[in-house]
Amino acid sequence: MAMPVRAMSVLAWRNLWRNYRRTLIMLLAITVGVWAMIFMTALLRGMVDNMVRTGISVLPGHVQIHAMEYRDDPSVTHSLPAASKAILEVLNGEQVTAWAGRVKVPAMISSEQDNRGITLLGIDPGGEMALGFDSADVIEGRFLDGPDDRGIVIGKKLMQRLETRLGKRVVVMSQDPENAIADRGFRVVGVYEADLESREESFVYAGRDVIQGMLGMGSDVSELAILGHDYRTPDSLTLSIRDAVPADQEVLSWLELDPYLSTMMRVMDGFVLVWMVVIFLALSFGLVNTLMMAIFERVREIGLMRALGMRPSAIVYQILVESLMLLALGLLAGNVLAISTILWLKDGIDVSAISEGMEMMGAASVMYPVMEWPDLVLANAVVIGLGIITSLLPAWRAAQYRPVEALSST
Amino acid sequence: MSAINCNDLCKYYQQGDAVIKGLDHVSLEIEEGSFICLSGPSGSGKTTLLNAIGGLDSLDSGEISINGERVDLLGKAALSDLRLHSIGFVFQAYNLIPVLSARENVEFVMQVQGVSAAERKVRSSKILQEVGLEGMEDRRPAQLSGGQQQRVAVARAIVSQPKLVLADEPTANLDSKSMERLMTIFRELNRTHKVTFLIATHDQRVMEWAERRISMEDGRVIADELQNVA
Repeated sequence: MAMPVRAMSVLAWRNLWRNYRRTLIMLLAITVGVWAMIFMTALLRGMVDNMVRTGISVLPGHVQIHAMEYRDDPSVTHSLPAASKAILEVLNGEQVTAWAGRVKVPAMISSEQDNRGITLLGIDPGGEMALGFDSADVIEGRFLDGPDDRGIVIGKKLMQRLETRLGKRVVVMSQDPENAIADRGFRVVGVYEADLESREESFVYAGRDVIQGMLGMGSDVSELAILGHDYRTPDSLTLSIRDAVPADQEVLSWLELDPYLSTMMRVMDGFVLVWMVVIFLALSFGLVNTLMMAIFERVREIGLMRALGMRPSAIVYQILVESLMLLALGLLAGNVLAISTILWLKDGIDVSAISEGMEMMGAASVMYPVMEWPDLVLANAVVIGLGIITSLLPAWRAAQYRPVEALSST
Repeated sequence: MSAINCNDLCKYYQQGDAVIKGLDHVSLEIEEGSFICLSGPSGSGKTTLLNAIGGLDSLDSGEISINGERVDLLGKAALSDLRLHSIGFVFQAYNLIPVLSARENVEFVMQVQGVSAAERKVRSSKILQEVGLEGMEDRRPAQLSGGQQQRVAVARAIVSQPKLVLADEPTANLDSKSMERLMTIFRELNRTHKVTFLIATHDQRVMEWAERRISMEDGRVIADELQNVA
């Protein structure tokens, strides 16, 4: 026969505070552990989220359409004709938030001082901004006015490499469909800054119409970049588009276009679980020790309860309720602390001191903690679930005492 | 009808090379509604016998039946249920739960039994009043004297009106007046509800209340006699 839950809870609560110092130390340990689980996971999530978003903004888009051979040879010869009616139907549907056709070819840029290999992007500025380019990133001059703008926008790092500046002229060279040199002079009308220096150094923006004219490719583009609603679930959008394109074009989601990022995102879920379990394992030693000490101090009482008619299973429940109360208090404090910390740091943590290392991983120098509810639930579930399992040992030990021996203990 | 039947109980303890005889071939038959005292010097086997009958301790050999049920064959859970519903214990040391008040200690067994809160309160108030602890219901054991704690332990043992009360030195810390009051309560329960009492004691005053006196020495029953009680 088991005691009513209320009576068991009262007894557990009072037992918990018999040695309040020990209970407070354990509570502190659980609180810090839970805080570490939630906050560090939010930081990791934020970092990966930032890496993925940065990666997607560089691609750009959640899904891209290319000519079948383009990824092996991204030259002007492997371009796409204007989007068909079937494709346009999908692109203007509910699944798509923005899309743009872009020319994207390898090219050479020269100033009077130096030259560099670059990726030349012929864009429609409106579409590019809808895909994620932030005009606020332009730190000098302006962004392109339209697809027929004759200026060029380069990255800050490239400007330094070329030893040029706003208003100066540069020459861009690439190949036309007949493999002849196609070149053109541009005036630098804007300089942008990006999270990644590698992007500043390689991506150069010019008007799409101007580049199409320079390369002699008519209205063809290198790629169609498409943005869906959530980067985590690009599959259904990819399938819809795949159904609409001809066989000589390939449709790939960012997960396929950037396997490094997609692997990292997938690994992240497993890593979060491992991280939480590792923290809990450290906590569990303290929890078991606390419960064991509490039981050793109460052997006589446990014997008394058994003698008065409490079943061994009821003793197990009694100890588990005590453990659950301790865990619940620690969880409450840990959750509050972690959420407060995340809210406090919502504007980001500046880690520019290690920006080179961060950039190598494709992350920005400001980290934004991102709390996801499933992570919060997982942390609480890990603590409660493993806490109960960990508490079973001391609880089982307590239930095994023989009443007559327990009653005669001092 | 026999409430308790003990047949050839043996319990030995090894202490170094010596063997201590806790119970040495003890056989007893106790009728339902009996009021019996177990007497004998310390180490004579009184507490061992009570523990064996209550299923708190195992035997090396022998058989014990309570109301026809073989106690020595029951598992842990069944023994717990038997103690919960049929046996009230009063221990030598008061053995109260220190984090519970006097009332909560008295109500503990009833809580495990699943008695309603209202019923528990009525019964605990009545029994605490009977043992002279009115007004002390909310005190924790540490705030009670030894005698008061013993009375709480007695109240806990009898509040749920078990069929059998096993009491080990229940009056050890009581003055004459409290002892008289306690024995009167025991006797009343015994007569009105046919509760069987088996009381281990050194106290000559308690022995005078018993209808039957069983004397033990070195784990054996050396005398078993009926007494005239007023």
